[in-house]
Amino acid sequence: MCRIAAIKSRNPLPPAPVLQMMIAMQKGHDNSGFAMVMQDLDGVFAGRKDLPLLSMACTPAGLEQADEAMDRLGFELQFDWRPEVDPSEQLDIQRMPLYVFRNYQYPETFRIRPMEERKKLLVDTRLALRKLLAESNQGYVYSFWPDVLTLKEIGDPRDIAEAFHLWKDNQPLQARVISAQCRQNTNYQIVRYAAHPFFLEGYTLMGNGENTFYQKNRDFQQRLNPAYTGFESDTQCFLYTLHYVVDTLGWPIQYYKHVITPLPFEEMARRPDAPVLQEIRQACQHLEINGPNTVIFVLPDGKMGIACDAKKLRPVVVGRDDDMVVAASEVCGVNMILPDRNSEADVYPGERELVIVDSSLEVQRWPQ
Amino acid sequence: MAAIMEARIDQEQIKKNGHGKQEKSGFPYAAKVFVRDSNAVDFPWKIAWNSETCIRCGACVATCTFDSLQPRLQRRGRSVSVGNLPRPAEAADVMIAVRQVNDLAHYCRGCGMCEKVCPTGSIRPVANGRNRFPVVARKGGSPIKRGGRAHLIPGRVLDSIKVGRISQMTDPSLDAARHTFDMLTALGRGLPADKLPLKVEDGRLVSTGWSPPMHWVYPILIGDMSIGALSWRMWEALALAVGYLNEEYHLPVRMCSGEGGMPVKLLTSKYLQYMIIQIASGHFGWNRIIKAMPQMVTDPAAILIKIGQGAKPGDGGLLPAEKVAEHIQAIRGVPHADLLSPPNHQGLYSIEESVQKMFLSMNAAFQFRVPVAIKVAASSTSVSVFNNLVRDPYHIVGGFFMDGIQGGTGAAHEVNLDHSGHPILSKLRDCYLDAVAQGRQGQIPIFVGGGFGETGNLAADAFKAICLGASGVFAAKIFLQIAGCVGDEKGRCNACNTGLCPVGICTQDPSLVARLDVDAAAQNIVDYFLAVDQELKKLMAPIGNSSLPIGRSDALISMDKAVADRLQIGYAC
Repeated sequence: MCRIAAIKSRNPLPPAPVLQMMIAMQKGHDNSGFAMVMQDLDGVFAGRKDLPLLSMACTPAGLEQADEAMDRLGFELQFDWRPEVDPSEQLDIQRMPLYVFRNYQYPETFRIRPMEERKKLLVDTRLALRKLLAESNQGYVYSFWPDVLTLKEIGDPRDIAEAFHLWKDNQPLQARVISAQCRQNTNYQIVRYAAHPFFLEGYTLMGNGENTFYQKNRDFQQRLNPAYTGFESDTQCFLYTLHYVVDTLGWPIQYYKHVITPLPFEEMARRPDAPVLQEIRQACQHLEINGPNTVIFVLPDGKMGIACDAKKLRPVVVGRDDDMVVAASEVCGVNMILPDRNSEADVYPGERELVIVDSSLEVQRWPQ
Repeated sequence: MAAIMEARIDQEQIKKNGHGKQEKSGFPYAAKVFVRDSNAVDFPWKIAWNSETCIRCGACVATCTFDSLQPRLQRRGRSVSVGNLPRPAEAADVMIAVRQVNDLAHYCRGCGMCEKVCPTGSIRPVANGRNRFPVVARKGGSPIKRGGRAHLIPGRVLDSIKVGRISQMTDPSLDAARHTFDMLTALGRGLPADKLPLKVEDGRLVSTGWSPPMHWVYPILIGDMSIGALSWRMWEALALAVGYLNEEYHLPVRMCSGEGGMPVKLLTSKYLQYMIIQIASGHFGWNRIIKAMPQMVTDPAAILIKIGQGAKPGDGGLLPAEKVAEHIQAIRGVPHADLLSPPNHQGLYSIEESVQKMFLSMNAAFQFRVPVAIKVAASSTSVSVFNNLVRDPYHIVGGFFMDGIQGGTGAAHEVNLDHSGHPILSKLRDCYLDAVAQGRQGQIPIFVGGGFGETGNLAADAFKAICLGASGVFAAKIFLQIAGCVGDEKGRCNACNTGLCPVGICTQDPSLVARLDVDAAAQNIVDYFLAVDQELKKLMAPIGNSSLPIGRSDALISMDKAVADRLQIGYAC
């Protein structure tokens, strides 16, 4: 099972705390990879929050292709940062030749355009780069969005951290919101794109468990939006549903819970808003989560959310201290980095509630 | 009792056949009939009667509704001892025997009522596999007609499909007995989420206008069988069962009226909410329905426009005059005559026109509060029809009911029953995948019928259809079989068209209808639904789902490669 954890902090943090959580939560022989999305960046990317940041791993040929494509589209390179990667063969990591993190200035014609149009440009660009590198088998493009960095790698999370020097507290990668996941072992033909957290237009999501309605979700989503693509992991569907409900439909976030785990009909019928909920259930019947799943997500405004499946078949816990809120699939993960917190205040989200952590780090529990 | 008499047999007399000619073969009885006369060898069933154990009570003869059995006197020879010095002599008894009537008006249908009523187990019909029925039965230039389902369907595809994706380790199976299952399906037109009339007000979604009517119902419906095709008692038993399931067990099962109207008392009762009223090309019963509308205290569950049915696609309903009793005439508003619904709705010109005329008028009749669905026979053209309806711009097409070749009927020409129609599963899959390709799955729910429950296992059949994309299934004949119908797909009975139903289900003859115990039949149907409900859960639990897995074809595998390829599910061996 995937181990997932997210931190929302007042102060910038390095990746080490989430890595410590991953290691603490590891069970048996799982952990075949590590992936992380950092948002609200600091460190080396501080001061460049408005510029889209491209995260990719590729070969030199792949980078050349990407460069040409970005030039063609009119993006101007503003900042290029590449991590030093430990070449030691003792480390269990399937390195890519290059890890590229670059800030670009928008093409001139887009600099004065509204964000809606820029969003489309950024998504289209990422999809085009992804397609380009996939066709030539020269690399992976994970995200292209302001103030968002993505790293995904195959191997032992400890060694991945070692190779990228992620254990260091004083280091260039710093962020106030970090979501991370350790890959599980089920699928040995591991595809980097299948590693969550997944990111789309400011929405980040990761989950654990098995999406038993994967086929239904995928069949429905693939016609909703060209950006709903890949489907290498069944968890991607949960991100696309989140994006569809909140971004495309413009529904308040609590309706995400109504879509993924609709109330039982009997309970629904007793509510004054039953007609609305029934319509939502009908219209979104193919977006339901009906297996054992916990999802942890981050919204474009930086709020963090946590939700469980309707039977609470997968665990999740939210702990906090004064400076950070931590959500993790296992409480040992929270204990690892917040051992002195008041654990009686921990929140174990129920099957009928949505937990939202707002920008002031207030943990809100919204009953469905 | 048989009289006993002694007689000497006139050998000369019996050597002559019925036409007074001398037999060349020497077999005394060999040529008492013309070879062209009908004989037991011609018919699908032969009566096996045991003279030794029969007590001559006459129950079999009295029970046979087809007059296939006749009592007759039979002379039986025996040897006796006579004289003071006993010497053997020939003698004969005349006894009552049971004779099978072998003519086209009275041939044995194999219903087995004689066997059921015989107190000594002395009589039973035996299938005559090498009969000549198809070549003798069209006498008078009349096509063969019968009821039941198609007979000549090779294999049963549903049985080659298994639930092959089991939740283990990666995700847990559920507990069918203890988890909560939410097994309802939407009947009615669904709007895409971005077209729902909703707006955000104070952080909540509120409705801003009309949206198409929709009901959440149990995914197994009782298919359309009319009062007329069914006896009033059988129809009543179905309605009773549906009422009981809803009121006592809160299982929202819905039942379709069939094309034959409904009793006014039901039309004006609260139980109308459990009924789907059908309108077919004959419009039978609609005079009464329309007149009852001002008195209706609730809306019906839906309206079903019947265009075709799987058992006899392209043909209209047929209620033989034998079944048009006085009460049927009253309900339908017709004289005593064969009632033939036209093959088409009069005035129906195109799909788009049907939406504008038929759907719109039926929607308007109930002020757009009742889903209006359509039922068609599965056909090579089904996807085109479905596709067209999905584009209905008024959002008034509330369901697509598709009936396959294994669907049943009360009366049809056998040539249609056995040789025309389309299997349902591939067409269901085609329609669903077509909707998927457009991102419109679920907007018009697909309900399928035709052979579901044929083996008695309705839950398994329904579950597989749901995984293939059906929002639900409708079944009909299985409920008659539960009530006592003995018909099967191998030629047993199938006499629904004759008005002589031996169990009082498909007849309007009061003496036959009295054979059906309404309450017992209703109880059987309720029990069956409760069992089916448990069985559905026993199939959903292993795949880890508590909501209906509509379109979850990854849960299925087929052990037949051709089936797997055609339905786009996994092949397993």
